[in-house]
Amino acid sequence: MTALAVEKLTVRYGAVEAVRDLSLEVKPGEIVGLIGPNGAGKSSTLHAIMGAAPVTGGDVRLDGRSLVGRRPEDVARRGIALVPEGRRIFGELTVEENLRLGLAGRRRGSNGGGLERAYELFPVLREFRSRQAGVLSGGQQQQLAIGRALAAHPGVLLLDEPSLGLAPKIVDVVFEALAQIRDSGLGVLLVEQRAQRTVALADRSHVLANGELRLTLGPDDAGDTDRLVAAYLA
Amino acid sequence: MTLAFLNLTWPTFANGLALGGVYALMAVGIGLVFGVLRLVNFAYGQLIMAGAFALAYGSQWGFPNWASILFCFGVVLGLSVLMDWLVFRPLRTHSPAVMLVATFAVAFLLQSIALLAFGPLGKSAGELAILNAPWDIGGVFIKKIAVISFVTAVGCLVILQLLLTRTPLGLHMRAAAMDFRTARLLGVRANWVISGAVIVSGLFAAVSAVMLSVTELTVVPAFGTQDTILVLAGVVLGGLNRPIPATLGGFAIGFANGVLGGVLPSNQSQYLPSFLFAAVIIVLLVRPNGLFARGGGAVERV
Repeated sequence: MTALAVEKLTVRYGAVEAVRDLSLEVKPGEIVGLIGPNGAGKSSTLHAIMGAAPVTGGDVRLDGRSLVGRRPEDVARRGIALVPEGRRIFGELTVEENLRLGLAGRRRGSNGGGLERAYELFPVLREFRSRQAGVLSGGQQQQLAIGRALAAHPGVLLLDEPSLGLAPKIVDVVFEALAQIRDSGLGVLLVEQRAQRTVALADRSHVLANGELRLTLGPDDAGDTDRLVAAYLA
Repeated sequence: MTLAFLNLTWPTFANGLALGGVYALMAVGIGLVFGVLRLVNFAYGQLIMAGAFALAYGSQWGFPNWASILFCFGVVLGLSVLMDWLVFRPLRTHSPAVMLVATFAVAFLLQSIALLAFGPLGKSAGELAILNAPWDIGGVFIKKIAVISFVTAVGCLVILQLLLTRTPLGLHMRAAAMDFRTARLLGVRANWVISGAVIVSGLFAAVSAVMLSVTELTVVPAFGTQDTILVLAGVVLGGLNRPIPATLGGFAIGFANGVLGGVLPSNQSQYLPSFLFAAVIIVLLVRPNGLFARGGGAVERV
């Protein structure tokens, strides 16, 4: 069964078309990468899925039901969690309070998720749970942002450039966590700038340029630098 | 027994604490709505005015005191919710300037309606005025309303603090005040946190209406207006977007107002508001980020 299906999605801000006719799907237990240069429409796609960007054409479906026109909080409560660009953690709240905020997105009657899920995946969060989130390092804040999204026990996880501004060692931690999250059965839609790593990790990766899907790559293409570069420059 | 300073006596000091407490409640009421809507509600004083008139009419119609107070709460809460639905929410996505002018318009509209409906002379606050009688506390005579106001204000603030720190709704309200967009993306319901803020804000306006109408004795259409402007000055003095400093700012200006009102000779008390506003301007010139702002401000990590 398809968890998340994006069908011929068009996103328009005034006269600017940010995404055009984009179709993709994310099934349970797979990572789908969305890569491409700055301004390609990757973040707009995620925001359109969440109901936070204007959808002017096409459809977004979760388990067959359309999400278009719903408010962001309602999309979250239907089982899609976003790890936003720049992490957007609440620096003045404690780590635990940030995770509790994630519970706001729990589906009615859902018993899964919760704080334990985040603590299991990122033990450092348990250690620092009563600290102000603003004093954590960038990498710890990224772990918190992912943990917060998982606390909602979503069916699909969207990530907007989770490796941005992180040290290489921390990027490893984040990508390993994503693999574990996939193995637990979640569908993951990963927007990234690190094209090669994303292609290697994801079950398939879509290259987006000027709002349009240009190419789809599999894990075997990760070593094929020429093809990656060509896709970006196309 | 006196506090051997100017003419400051214990009763005056108590009155200062009481007015400080009420102003702190008003500051929180204004601050909560600002937190989630980024809207400075100039019409807050008119909510208090409406509550005070409700109290006065309740008394005139022979309601028992508890029923008058309940009537006052009902009127203030009803008006708060109505204001939210008719004005605040439709204008929520507009610029702060539009929302500010809108609340000015609401304030003057309500005041004009009160003037037409109740006349310029106003009404006697009614039976609760007996709370101006003193209690003998260790030989010092303190007005009952001073003690009641201060204790009620502290109680309300403690309950609010528990709501904000111990309940999911409180956590959602705090998060929405920091970053509404992200909070919604996490599943925080915008309508709930706005309603929560408006209702608590309205409750605090109703409490302030009861306390102020006992001390002021007469309710006129302009009731609560000057208090609201002073509270806003106090909130800015403390730091608008920081709940605790804003509350302290409200308390400080209420305390100063209460104490100076008692200390100044009665033929000079008309200078009090000008003196307070001049003091606010001087403090802001010296400390533009507010009286209680921390040195460096909040640090955002990237």
